Amino acid sequence: MELLYSICVGVLVACGVFLILRARSFPIVLGLTMLSYAVNLFLFASGRLSINHAAILGTNEQYADPLPQALVLTAIVIGFAMTAFSVILSIRARADLGNDYVNSEQKPSARIGVKK
Amino acid sequence: MALFWIPLLTTIGSLISSFTAKLSRNQSVAITLLAPLAALAICIYHAPAVFNGEILYNKIQWLDILDIHLSFRLDGLSFLFALLILGIGCLVIFYARYYLSQNDSLAKLYAYLMLFMTAMLGIVLSNNLIQLWFFWELTSISSFLLISYWNHQSDARKGALMALTITGAGGLALLAGLLLLGNIVGSYQLDVVLASGEIIKQSQWYETSLILILLGAFTKSAQFPFHFWLPHAMAAPTPVSAYLHSATMVKAGIFLLARFYPALAGTEIWFILVSLTGLATLLLGAYVALFKHDLKGLLAYSTISHLGLITLLLGLDTELATVAAIFHIINHATFKASLFMATGIIDHETGTRDMRKLNGMWKFMPYTATLAMVAASAMAGVPLLNGFLSKEMFFAETLHAQLLGSMSWLIPVLATVAGAFSVAYSARFIHDVFFNGDPIDLPKQPHEAPRYMRVPIEVLVALCLLVGMFPNFIIDGILQVASMAVLTEATPVFEIAIWHGFNLPLLMSALAVAGGLTIYAQRRHLFQFQASLPNLSAKLMFEQSLNYLFKWSQNRINQFENGSLQRYTILLIIVVLVSAGAPLFEMHQLVGQNKPHNIDMFNAVGTGLLIAGALATVIWHRHRMVALLMISVVGLMVSVAFTRFSAPDLALTQLSVEVVTIVLLMLALFFLPQRTPKESSSIRILRDLGIASACGVVIASVCYALITRPLDSISQFFVENAKTGGGGTNVVNVILVDFRGFDTLGEITVLGIAALGIYKLLVNLPLFMPASDSEGRKWAKEKYPLLLATISQTLLPLALLVSAFIFLRGHNMPGGGFIAGLVTATAFILQYIAHGSNWITERLAINYRKIIAIGVMIAFLCGVGSLLFERPFLTSWFDYFKIPLVGKTELASAMIFDLGVYVTVVGATMMILASLGKLTANDQVKPESKLKGDS
Repeated sequence: MELLYSICVGVLVACGVFLILRARSFPIVLGLTMLSYAVNLFLFASGRLSINHAAILGTNEQYADPLPQALVLTAIVIGFAMTAFSVILSIRARADLGNDYVNSEQKPSARIGVKK
Repeated sequence: MALFWIPLLTTIGSLISSFTAKLSRNQSVAITLLAPLAALAICIYHAPAVFNGEILYNKIQWLDILDIHLSFRLDGLSFLFALLILGIGCLVIFYARYYLSQNDSLAKLYAYLMLFMTAMLGIVLSNNLIQLWFFWELTSISSFLLISYWNHQSDARKGALMALTITGAGGLALLAGLLLLGNIVGSYQLDVVLASGEIIKQSQWYETSLILILLGAFTKSAQFPFHFWLPHAMAAPTPVSAYLHSATMVKAGIFLLARFYPALAGTEIWFILVSLTGLATLLLGAYVALFKHDLKGLLAYSTISHLGLITLLLGLDTELATVAAIFHIINHATFKASLFMATGIIDHETGTRDMRKLNGMWKFMPYTATLAMVAASAMAGVPLLNGFLSKEMFFAETLHAQLLGSMSWLIPVLATVAGAFSVAYSARFIHDVFFNGDPIDLPKQPHEAPRYMRVPIEVLVALCLLVGMFPNFIIDGILQVASMAVLTEATPVFEIAIWHGFNLPLLMSALAVAGGLTIYAQRRHLFQFQASLPNLSAKLMFEQSLNYLFKWSQNRINQFENGSLQRYTILLIIVVLVSAGAPLFEMHQLVGQNKPHNIDMFNAVGTGLLIAGALATVIWHRHRMVALLMISVVGLMVSVAFTRFSAPDLALTQLSVEVVTIVLLMLALFFLPQRTPKESSSIRILRDLGIASACGVVIASVCYALITRPLDSISQFFVENAKTGGGGTNVVNVILVDFRGFDTLGEITVLGIAALGIYKLLVNLPLFMPASDSEGRKWAKEKYPLLLATISQTLLPLALLVSAFIFLRGHNMPGGGFIAGLVTATAFILQYIAHGSNWITERLAINYRKIIAIGVMIAFLCGVGSLLFERPFLTSWFDYFKIPLVGKTELASAMIFDLGVYVTVVGATMMILASLGKLTANDQVKPESKLKGDS
């Protein structure tokens, strides 16, 4: 099972990385979402996998590691905030720039007005 | 009074004087003088102790771990320098009041001057290396402000930048040197360092740290080859030059050499580096000074030369040489400050500093001329003046130098040559300005300066004379204690006398005077020769090299930063890939010792769905709606995985977040193109696939290696204490609201900030809304389907009840503030979807920003509440109560905290979605405009 789980994480990472390498904003947002799934699964698994050992006292002899769970729980919520922020940013960028292309066509020196 | 008051008073003085712009000049000067005079009084109050040879300390504990404290010390050397800084500072402040024209802001100059004074006092009083360095940098910055005081003049700006660049670079070297020194000794306290001279000199890092510290000192004190910034700093107003370039800033480097003398001096490398640098600077400065037509240029090079002289003395291997160095520090400060001030008067009253125009000033300003001539004679080393005494001691000490072996005789000879040049330029200062015919087309009709403008010069010139005539009476005591601070042992017996009988030093003095006068008389030939030399402009070379540096770094930046996000991302990913992947090759075996779980049917199906969803998202990523649906499958399977692997809280959170996320992304898609055009070349796709797969392989391997190895966790503590310490059986929730409540407080704050950021991003958004979907189909006319509206209304109270249930049981069973908040938010979002934003706003006017603020405040105040019971921030409390009908119930303060979490999550989620959703309900929708780049 551990092998299968790791493969899932790997596939999610690979798909996420491929998507954030695209040139338009929406696939990048999807990629970020995918990567945060992968990261959450990864962090969660650092407490090792266990079945039917929920960390509710009095229900079991042994408990799954609760610490990574607590960390991942907040990470999920923060991940949502980040996804929301990046997708709104891409709406704003499309509205201001007229397209959803993520690369600038100008040289950075021209943009920030550095003297040549 | 404690020592820290001295720099503190001047700091306060700097602030106060910056507010005196509205007052009259006399009031401004009076108020500004208060602080340095008070600081001077503190110094003098401590004088008896210092003269007894005591070292006074004052330490305020700060960062114990880093060994950094606010720590001051006052010994003879610091006392002498503090006296110079404050005394000459007061004179300069007084003088500047008459020097500055009505158009220039006196308050600004005073504020900068006092800031600089603070920095200098900080250096000389510091008893901690890092603190010393901090004040050292502050002198660089405040001198930058002072030199660029007339910031409308380009040469002032350039000169200030040059000074800052050179001294700032030196400051970095100094920091490195001091850190090394502190590392060798094991302490940053100066008294410890000074007492560890032997350890330092035997360390293998001695040479490195010595060279770095010397770099700092030499750049600050304008030693060859870093001297070139000083003449350009003369663009500063003359009072600033009088202060910075005679008594203080440039002396900071000399002070550093003297301060670290016990710790660093005494080795061959010290003597060679310090004395030869000093000698070169002495000769160069003296020679070049003669050819400067600008009065301040002459004084600048003369200052360089005298600084070289002092450095040379500190590099000579005798104790008396050190005494002479300190003596000359005092003397140079007095005569050079008065000469700068006299130059300021001449400049002020004639409008020029060019010696080719200035002639015969004696007739117009005999009084100033007398003062300047006395000071210039002191500079030349004429008997009965202070400069003579220290120069005699200097000549005497060069005779004892053994530095160059059999060629050591060169040192006294070269010293005499430099002495001759110094007589020559002093003679030029006197003769060329005050005599030598009539002035040539001056911009102003010259006349004597205002009475009080001359007072500071009179004070300084009187000191030159008094020290020169009654040295033992005036200067002996302070010289003794200052030398003792440098040499740490008993001071050698010395006697300062005007007449030592006929001896070699006197002969050298005589030769220097005769030689100098001859050089001056024959100056025409020398000037011609000098004019025939190629013109090497340090300024030009400095600017060229700076420009080259800027261009070079701009090119490097352009290479990396070409404005392509894709490129940045790929570079980052490759770095991560290499750093995460490389260690894997050093592992012997990927799989660990843990016994793996068996693969059952559920897991296999779940895995299959998750992988299929992820791949489908990638495959259909250009059809955005389809991709969105596919990714929701992945999210769903992730929450199933959490359920499977004993994490019910995570599963609930993931599920509710998933719903909110997908609704949000779908809403966002309404404002974005529905399809991604095909742009990437096949090569690019192949490259990205390669990199992505590599990342997947590396992370999967790391993950596999990690989870098949035994776990060594601190979680046992949480499991054991959750019930007894936190009063809950749901360990995850107890960790969130109790053990690591401070983290959670931070997290909900971040959530709130993100929501506010989104709100701000959506303000004044120029909207364009598509009239149809990507297939060209019009949107449905019926905006809000009746069926959904009816069901959602019925669902709302039920959903709220569920969320209340989840919230309340959270401490003991899966649930809690985060999940309950998300469930509540989902229920409300359903109302928005079913009825539209306007319908809701009519019935329920909620300001979600306030909700977020209230939530964070509840959580924060819950934490503060524990302070009332004298417990640390966020300590929780719980107990059990019998409530009628309900039975035995637990109440915990952590529930209040969880309530804060709940409210924040509801507020943030609703704000994000409602702000975006409201845009679709906007009546004034512009027709869709075809935008470039979209397809």
